[in-house]
Amino acid sequence: MKGLNRRWQAIRYAWHEYHTMYLFMLPFTLLFVVFVVAPVLTAAYLSFTYFNVLEPPRWIGLSNYRLLFVEDDIFYQHALKNTFIFAIITGPLGYVISFTLAWFINRLRFRQLYTLAFYTPSIISAIAMSVIWLYFFANDRYGLLNYLLMEIGLITEPVAWLREQSTILPVIMIVSLWMSMGTGFLVFLAGLQDVPLELYEAGMVDGIRNALQEVFYITLPVMRPQLLFGAVMAIVNSFAVFGIAAQIAGLPSPLYAGHTIVAHLYDYGFIRFEMGYAAAIAVVLFLLTFVLGRVAMRIFSER
Amino acid sequence: MRQKYQAGRRRQATKLEYIVLTILALITMLPIVYMVSTAFKPLEEMFLYPPRFFVRHPTLRNFAELLIAMDALSVPFARYLFNSLFVTVATVVLGVILSSMAAYPLAKYPRMPGNKLFFSLVVSTLMFAPEVTQIPRYLIVDRLGLIDTYAALILPVIAGSYGLFLMKQFMEQIPVELIEAAKIDGAGEWQVFWRVVMPLVRPAWITLVIFSFIGTWNDFFTPLIFTRSEQMKTLPLVMSSIGGGPGQVARWGAVAAASLVITMPTLILFVLLQRYVMETMAHSGIKA
Repeated sequence: MKGLNRRWQAIRYAWHEYHTMYLFMLPFTLLFVVFVVAPVLTAAYLSFTYFNVLEPPRWIGLSNYRLLFVEDDIFYQHALKNTFIFAIITGPLGYVISFTLAWFINRLRFRQLYTLAFYTPSIISAIAMSVIWLYFFANDRYGLLNYLLMEIGLITEPVAWLREQSTILPVIMIVSLWMSMGTGFLVFLAGLQDVPLELYEAGMVDGIRNALQEVFYITLPVMRPQLLFGAVMAIVNSFAVFGIAAQIAGLPSPLYAGHTIVAHLYDYGFIRFEMGYAAAIAVVLFLLTFVLGRVAMRIFSER
Repeated sequence: MRQKYQAGRRRQATKLEYIVLTILALITMLPIVYMVSTAFKPLEEMFLYPPRFFVRHPTLRNFAELLIAMDALSVPFARYLFNSLFVTVATVVLGVILSSMAAYPLAKYPRMPGNKLFFSLVVSTLMFAPEVTQIPRYLIVDRLGLIDTYAALILPVIAGSYGLFLMKQFMEQIPVELIEAAKIDGAGEWQVFWRVVMPLVRPAWITLVIFSFIGTWNDFFTPLIFTRSEQMKTLPLVMSSIGGGPGQVARWGAVAAASLVITMPTLILFVLLQRYVMETMAHSGIKA
């Protein structure tokens, strides 16, 4: 009774102190709860059920998870492995390249032109993109890459880039990197505008000697909020890789060489209509990115 | 080297930097150039050996073919254009305003109860595969009786986690003193938000406008599942049906032309807006 009373008082105090702010948040929160939180919670619930979309979901406890961890070899040997290889390489690489390019471009004249050049690939719709890449990496001699390599004499026979188990994943990585100068890149560019010029001057007085020191002692610390945003987006996007992989290598890809966690999820959810199992995969993916996201937040939070 | 270093002189890039970045930019643009060039290729040139990058005899036939395909549709083209524009503008305007309003307390009132919890909830939802939440979301939209209305295309997309996340990150950098000073001058929270906070984070919300516009404009999944009637469809949905799906050779040219047409508005908007991201802050001396 006493605890309840105290809580009630805390709420009244919070409302008294911050009610304008709660009102600021209200419209967003309403839509967010209805269209984002509720679907996510429903999906989490579905992961404990058998749900084929047509019949109502049937509760089966942890069966989906047991299946996923104990029996689903394709998930282990291909989906999980490919996603990890992809994420560990393209995630950090794309992140560092985005920042480096943004930093260089910020110092150039005609910055807009350069920004446009690097940013455009990430705008193009997936269907238009696949047309382009299927031409570049085509398996026969009509493909641009095969043609060029044969002209130079590096290869004599066309390489089946999109059918060979060893080349599918690298091709997916290259295309993803090419398209990765998107969100993070633009946010870094905007963030670089926010670094006050006076700080640079003060830094020089304090003995900063070169551009590298300037980046590490001034630019990066000031840009911490943007860096965190970029890092979280990089983690989320690289673990959710699917669209490009499916466009390039097909679904399922030859010998599962381009199979990823979300490809697996899509396969079960939208091809076999086992939504419950697909939801379980989503929960596992969520836990994975969540832990990494926490680590990123720890690294970038202010001390 | 030592004399060359000048603090904060942003425009002191060397010739080498220009050369390297220009080469990189050109390489990045190659596939795009190919896309544009393909849109103007006559059918004979599309399947040539050796493969040809640039178009030899540019033609507008692909665009004509696109127009013919459009003409055969039961609903006038203008209707699709209107749908796309209306939905995109409404989503962008409402989305940016509502996310910014919600981000302000999160960034500047860290001691407000519920604040941290709400923010981690927002970031967490980013990490849940959208493929799986589509079905529950569909059920909710259906239950609310919104299927096949503009509201179904706009409302579910407004409260995006990552718009809020982005705005909050930028607002964190605003010095508290500026807000305090405005309040001492008699400004209420509403005025502080519009007159102090939003102008200061202009690069952020312009960036968000760009992202949100591109995302909504290109989105073809939302209209696919939330609309039924022909009158409610948007451009990407119609364009994707023109080619009869990817890989259909017959309308290859029309598809190439369609992808160019659909990409143009986003590129134009980007060029128009990005200028404001780059040029505003460098001149404002308000930053502490």
